[in-house]
Parts: sequence; structure tokens; C-alpha cells
Amino acid sequence: MIRTALLVARKDLLIEARSRVLLWQVLPFGLLSLLLCGLALGPAQAGKSSAAPGLFYLVMLFVTLLMINRSQGVEHAAGTRESVAVLGLDPAGVFLGKTLALTVELWLTGAVIVGGAVLTLHTAFAGTVAALPSIAVALGAMAAAGTMYGALTAGIDGPATLLPVLTLPAFAPLLVAGERSFSSALHGGALWEWWVIMLVALVGYLAIGVLLYGVLEDS
Amino acid sequence: MTTTVLSLRNAVVMRNDFPLLSGVDLDVHEGELVVFTGANGAGKTSLLRLLGGLLPLTSGTGRVGNVALDDEHRRAIRRNVGWLGHEGSFYQDLSVMENLTFAARALERPLVAIAPALVRVGLQDRMDTPTKALSAGQRRRLGLAWLLVRRPSIWLLDEPYASLDDAGRAFLDELIGDVGRAGATVLLSAHDPLRSPELTPTTYRLAGGRIVERT
Repeated sequence: MIRTALLVARKDLLIEARSRVLLWQVLPFGLLSLLLCGLALGPAQAGKSSAAPGLFYLVMLFVTLLMINRSQGVEHAAGTRESVAVLGLDPAGVFLGKTLALTVELWLTGAVIVGGAVLTLHTAFAGTVAALPSIAVALGAMAAAGTMYGALTAGIDGPATLLPVLTLPAFAPLLVAGERSFSSALHGGALWEWWVIMLVALVGYLAIGVLLYGVLEDS
Repeated sequence: MTTTVLSLRNAVVMRNDFPLLSGVDLDVHEGELVVFTGANGAGKTSLLRLLGGLLPLTSGTGRVGNVALDDEHRRAIRRNVGWLGHEGSFYQDLSVMENLTFAARALERPLVAIAPALVRVGLQDRMDTPTKALSAGQRRRLGLAWLLVRRPSIWLLDEPYASLDDAGRAFLDELIGDVGRAGATVLLSAHDPLRSPELTPTTYRLAGGRIVERT
């Protein structure tokens, strides 16, 4: 399972390195979304700073949906699905590999968007750095849930529009907990209860994906 | 006596209440070359996909090798067959070499098997070319290279002659002949009967999801 996971993750990251969709399409979209949200808040610096955690996770939600569709799209291109299916890869390994690759891509994107938040929304640098571990966990859990739902919707008509509808309930606790922990890191407040939610979601989504990914793929 | 490696009894495959296959009986022996012909929508691709474990059997029974063709064992069947689809294959953004390296590693085949396969299909000068930059015929050759790296005992080729020029057709005829002589079983779909006099297949004509003629 681990060998398959590493093989699939390496392949997915190589595809991104070759296609540069993340660099030239997803990142500019994310940064522009953040910039527009900042402009919509007006010139007041204090308002932008307090809204920054929520805006960050809103932008990451959009970015994650794009990248899930991309991650599953390469598997379901004409002819690719059958060719890869007959390789007989362990579905749990495929799930973990795709989740790992998506997590790495989300971390890279998140790092750039966080940098954009510091520059355009004037979030405190020290508080933003303190929020990075919680952001990493939240994005990892979103990657796990997104990989699962991506496999489910990939075989259905209109996957790009169905995916947000299905994933939002799964993402909701992560978005709330992520936003609260980011705010707590910036402005002070309790952290541990938000960490519990994110860690439970991460472990839960990983466990469900490992158990069900093969069924979801075949469905 | 030759061994039966594939068998179907009254195989029915439904999708959205539409029968893709509506009662197919078939026996294929080890080393046999089988061609499925028929018009578009006759069920050729569905039959190959069923035999490759890529489509579930709705009713009836079947075996591929020693594995029953049911939901529980479909994944096991996939590992025993090689598949070449008519739409091309593999990851478009990866190069020829990267695609074959991924497949070889997934199948735990030695990477040294890649270079001879590329030479055999004539893609040795395209190793670093992204797959999306290949012509349709070259993509077909890449799929054949993958099968050569894999060396499955059962080859399922969906419209393998499509997009091939005369030289490509002659090459494929020769390859199929070699594979058969090495003991592999080859099943392929085609709109027309094979032209090569060197190949002596069993040909089944399909219509409406059934076998209507055997020659």
C-alpha cells in the first residue's frame, strides 16, 4: 500500500511539474481572488486583518475544488482510466498517493496565499506563522475528503458542478475550525478544541478513504 | 488438449437499463486469436471491457483464467490482462518514458524491459516526447510498448488497427503473430475481418449485444 501510495504521489506531482497548471492557472486564480476580496473590504486595515482567516479559507476552498477536479481529471482522460485500471493497483494505496500529492500541492498553494494575505490583508506575520501548523492539518484533511469525493463524482455527468455540492458538508467543519484556529493564532484565544476537530476529521477521512476508495472508483 | 482461458455463459451487461451485452456465450482457448467484428454499438468494446474486469456482469457467469468474473474478483482479473483502448492511453502530460516507467513500477516489472519494447514499436526516438504530442498512431504504439513491457497472458485490444497506416497495420499483424506464437491469447475488436493471411483468427460477428455468427 505504501509503495503504491508513493508511486502514485510521485506520478501526480510529476504531472503537475510538467503541465504547470498549478503555477500558471491555480495560483494566479487564488491570488486574484484574495486581492479582490481585500479590495471589496475597503481601505480600513483593521477590518481586513480580522477578515483575513475567513478569506484565506474561502480562497483555499475554491483552489481545492479546482485541484480536486484536476487530480481526478488526469485519471479519467479518454483511455487513461482503463489502462491504469488494468495495472491492478491497490486502491487504498492510490487513495493515499493522490491525497499525499494533493496535500503537497495545497500546502504550496496555501503558502503563497498566506504570503498574499500578509501583504494585502496586513495580517500579523508572527501570528500567521503560528497558524501554519493548523493550516497544514486542515488542508491535509481537505485533500483526503476531496480525493474521496473526487473519485465518486468523476464517473458522473457534471463532476465539476457536483463536486462542490458534495464536498461542502465534508469541508464545513474544517473551514470553521481552520478559520477559528487561524484567528486565535492572530488575535489570541483557545486553540485546542479546533485542533481536535481538524485531527479527528483528518484521521476519519483518511480511514474512510482507505476502506472505500476502491468501491468509489468502481462506482 | 488446449486449455480454456476465457469463458462466458449467457453473459448480460446492463447500463442504465440499456443492454450492452444481451446473452453472450463464448469459449476462448490458450494461444487463440479471436476477432470480434460488427457495426458501431454492436457490443465489441463492452465484451472486451467485461473480459478485462472493467465492466460488471449483470447476469450470467464467466471466468477469466481461474478467476470468476464477478464483482468480488474483478480487480484480480484486471491484473491478469493487458488492455489497449481505442482512445489512447496513459497520462498526456508525461513523456513516453515516464509513462512506461510508471507502468513498469506499478507492475513490478524491471525497467530494463522498457528500452527493447520502445525499439520494437519504433518509439525509441520519442522517449522524452510528451504523450500529448504524439500522433494517434504513435499513441497506439505506446500502448503496445506498455503491453510488451507487461507481457500479459491475455491481450485485449480495442480497435487496435484504428489510426494506423499500412506500415502500422503490418507491424501490428507481425506483433500479434509473435505474441500468439509465444502462447498468449489475443482478443481484439475490429470493424472488418483481419487482412493478413498470416493470421488465422476465430472471428465472431456481434449485433445487438449478441454473437450472431462464428467463422
